[in-house]
Amino acid sequence: MITRLEDKDLKRQSRRQLLKLAPVAALGIFAFPKVSDRLVAAGVRFSDWASGALFRSQHLAQTFSNSEVVPFAKFPYNGYDVLNPEVDLERWTLTVEGDVQHPGEYTLTQVRALPKINQNTRHICVEGWDVVGSFGGTRISDFLTLVGANTGARFLEVECADDYYESIDMASALHPQSLLCYEMYGQPLDRKHGAPLRLQMPTKLGYKQAKYLDTVRVTNVLKPGKTGYWEDQGYSWFGGL
Amino acid sequence: MENEEANDGQNEEEKDTPPQPEAVPAAKSDAVESAEAKPETIAAEVTSQLTRQVAHETASTEPAAKAAEPALVRAAYEHPLPIRITHWVNAISLFVLVTSGLRIFRAFPSFGPKIPEKVLLDIPKSLTLGGWLGGALQWHFTFMWFFAASGVFYLAYQVMSGHYRTMLFTPRDIPGVWPMARHYFFFGPKPPATGQYNPLQKLAYTSTIAFGALSLLTGIVLYKPAQFSWLAFLFGGFHLTRVWHFAAMCGFLAFIPGHLIMVVLHGWANFLSMLSGWKREPEYQE
Repeated sequence: MITRLEDKDLKRQSRRQLLKLAPVAALGIFAFPKVSDRLVAAGVRFSDWASGALFRSQHLAQTFSNSEVVPFAKFPYNGYDVLNPEVDLERWTLTVEGDVQHPGEYTLTQVRALPKINQNTRHICVEGWDVVGSFGGTRISDFLTLVGANTGARFLEVECADDYYESIDMASALHPQSLLCYEMYGQPLDRKHGAPLRLQMPTKLGYKQAKYLDTVRVTNVLKPGKTGYWEDQGYSWFGGL
Repeated sequence: MENEEANDGQNEEEKDTPPQPEAVPAAKSDAVESAEAKPETIAAEVTSQLTRQVAHETASTEPAAKAAEPALVRAAYEHPLPIRITHWVNAISLFVLVTSGLRIFRAFPSFGPKIPEKVLLDIPKSLTLGGWLGGALQWHFTFMWFFAASGVFYLAYQVMSGHYRTMLFTPRDIPGVWPMARHYFFFGPKPPATGQYNPLQKLAYTSTIAFGALSLLTGIVLYKPAQFSWLAFLFGGFHLTRVWHFAAMCGFLAFIPGHLIMVVLHGWANFLSMLSGWKREPEYQE
């Protein structure tokens, strides 16, 4: 495909074509840290928006047979600060607040009285590792019905005994595999796994699965800079799988 | 390339035109529609490579308007604008995705279980982008969109324009791979240039498309294994998909140094062609 051109025509052509590439140079703006911090934060917000749009509220995450579950000893303990915040299990209650008809204190017995779900699902950490574990608990959606929550609200916020905090979108909270988990491997949650109650959602990354639950709040508004312990430092808020 | 001047010396019309008719049959049918355009503007048009033979024929039949025709340069418009845009968006995206990806890998540098964790590779922080896992994920989650968008746009353009014929590796290129490799790696004789790309180049460029597709599809699985459980199943589950994703990056890492070395070896005019689209004095005839 050879053309024969006068030298000046070729140069003029080349210049014209080169200029057409100028918009690509706009990506160079990412080289400035002050700008790029905001741009990549916007990139994560866009990804979160897309994640919310992709989320299928009735699509189940893969479940596994008992033989595919890793031994209990190989299920990692993970915490951001202390692994055992010394929760007084005898006197523990779950505080329910916000857009609910029956706010107040709920005991573990009340939670356990709801229909029990056992599921073997994959726990995926944002770091990249994954383990298939065995979990037992009650559906968050059943608990929200018990407390008369407005499930038209946008968010579920939780606070934990170790000062960890999290918030999740209502669609994920209402997913049939999203649990208030009080058992692992058929045993009551041990202290380092979040006794007495934690979130367990196979459609979310590990950092969303808050342990040692203390307070649950149904709300339409998240305080900026108070959306989740890791999220406030830069992790994706949606954290969905 | 050195014979530029020698070529140009013979560029008065009578001498320039005779070789042309032989070259015409290759592209004649495409050229007909713009045959009536003026030769000067044709030379300036993006589509001119399809029409140049006709232009020369027309030119030769016209009375010689200018007695002293200026020297002409052989040139080829090798890289249409969509190719150049996606090439550079892709280059920037790959740089960000690989360096931030290595930072993400540092958080769990293993493909085995978490307990016990065996460190496979200790990647130096200086090779990574993002500062920490969360920062690297932000870069990764931003540039994955640029990478995906440019990849999809590139494929669509290649298929719809037919331009892929210049670079797609096909079984016909297989016999040409070894002579080219022998030339590059073992100082063998240089096989004659028959088109824009030699068989080894076609193999390399076609492979990068495969690496890109693999990294994108496995990336979707790693990002949304529950929503795309069918795709996760195709790659052998979430755990194994992480290995495939890493392997796709290794493919790019194998390609990029060779690609850059070739760019340096082939010089400035060759490099400029990916910016302006125009290649001055290409090696091949046609």
